[in-house]
Amino acid sequence: MLKDITLGQYFPGKTFIHRLDPRTKLIITVLYIVTLFTAHWLVSYALVLAFLLMCLRVAKIPLVTIGKSLKPLVIIIILTAVLNMFYTPGEELVSFWRITITKEGVFNAVKMVLRITMLITGTFMLTYTTSPIMLTDGLEMLLNPLKKIKVPVHELAMMMSIALRFIPTLIEETDKIISAQKARGADFESGNIMQRAKALIPILVPLFISSFRRADELAVAMECRCYHGGEGRTRMRILKFSANDWIALGIGVALLVTVIVLKVFGL
Amino acid sequence: MAPLIQTQQLRHVYSAGTPFEHVAVDNIDFSAEAGEFIGIIGHTGSGKSTFIQHLNGLLKPTSGQVLFNGEDIWKIKTRDVRFQVGLVFQYPEYQLFEETVFQDIAFGPRNMKLTEEEVKSRVLKAANVVGISEDLLDKSPFELSGGQKRRVAIAGVIAMQPKVLILDEPTAGLDPQGRNSILDNIRAYRDATGATIIMVSHSMEEMAENVERLVVFNDAKIVMDGQPSNVFSRADELKNMGLDVPLVTEVFLQLRNMGLAIDSSVYTVSQARDLILSMKGGKLRA
Repeated sequence: MLKDITLGQYFPGKTFIHRLDPRTKLIITVLYIVTLFTAHWLVSYALVLAFLLMCLRVAKIPLVTIGKSLKPLVIIIILTAVLNMFYTPGEELVSFWRITITKEGVFNAVKMVLRITMLITGTFMLTYTTSPIMLTDGLEMLLNPLKKIKVPVHELAMMMSIALRFIPTLIEETDKIISAQKARGADFESGNIMQRAKALIPILVPLFISSFRRADELAVAMECRCYHGGEGRTRMRILKFSANDWIALGIGVALLVTVIVLKVFGL
Repeated sequence: MAPLIQTQQLRHVYSAGTPFEHVAVDNIDFSAEAGEFIGIIGHTGSGKSTFIQHLNGLLKPTSGQVLFNGEDIWKIKTRDVRFQVGLVFQYPEYQLFEETVFQDIAFGPRNMKLTEEEVKSRVLKAANVVGISEDLLDKSPFELSGGQKRRVAIAGVIAMQPKVLILDEPTAGLDPQGRNSILDNIRAYRDATGATIIMVSHSMEEMAENVERLVVFNDAKIVMDGQPSNVFSRADELKNMGLDVPLVTEVFLQLRNMGLAIDSSVYTVSQARDLILSMKGGKLRA
């Protein structure tokens, strides 16, 4: 069912990575992405992969879970691989009909697949080990300087928390509505595209109505507690950098620098 | 003859293989005959809702079987079983979606591919059972009151004329009058069609007044199954499970604790009245 979608899900834990400050994890994720796109070839990729596997190990996330979350993206990955394989000019390897596969193409395909998989896995690491609330808190703190140029950072972070907070609720609600309509014999599995699209109406209408109801209830509840954002608002959790955070950031920067140096040597 | 609906060693595990793994129902053997009125009680999270969703094939057992008329519902066309085993969810009014009340009640029958005349007659009958008058049928379901919406939603399942009607807390959040009339509607449906009714509820009074058999869920298992008088006589065990007995039973239990030699297996007000009247003939000890 819908509940099995692990995309961006949080797995509670108490490991070194779970306990890091969300800001650290956000910065490291950005560093990681930059590193991944700087990485030139074999040695660099091996290094980044080793780093990633180490993180997975430390955070105690089983590889099966990663496999599951990559599943919905398999099509995109395969498509990228195929396009790269066929459309890279270079030394001819195989050729039949109007299709030629080049040596460079194969290399590129492998590289792109590695890059996408590692990119996705790396960013999943962030959501696997950080609760959505911590994540938005961290983001809000990191973006704080933008308040100077009148960006409503707090409001944006609040909207994001609320959105994240309601994803599971809405999924649950959708599941329930699907079950209820199925119990009345609704059929979502057969028929042509038009019939299937029409079959969604009994789900979407109740879902929209309940979303508006929830939004209204939440707004009233916040109003009742005199919520106002921004200026003068204190917080329950105050984020603090610890020695571990500096170590983790150090490792992240070291990784980037190494990969840049390797690039200079063309490895 | 095989029971109308039956489960054998039914077990369901949610999110198997993740940190959220959870056994929701475990080794459930249950069967129901035609025409029975069965109540299911159990505290929140005891597995009742998961269990009832297996009866019409919304959830697939992790292991074990669900049999309808002696056939494994996963070996025949599961969708057809849903027309025979109607399930009304908690707060069913949130699934209304059509433009008119009539269309909404007709959703189930139309999915059964019945003729338009048959659909119409079923909608009218179902509306009649739940006490929705004909002038409401052309209104939008969203214009109705909460209680009326609930009835329309129940009518939407009743219109399929299921042989087993399962209701998950059909009276939750309604006022006393609304509760009573919905329970009357459910009884009326059973009396008219001889269907089996399975009702989940947290109200012991409701159970006492309506059901003939009571099934108690605790920690994913069925721990008691019998007549209400038998189940309610085990008040201490029920209380340990976070459940309760009807208020009348509680009163009689207290009286007995105070030294009065009376039978504490009463669970409805009328039984209590009869007992008190019979005791007025000088049987009181104190």
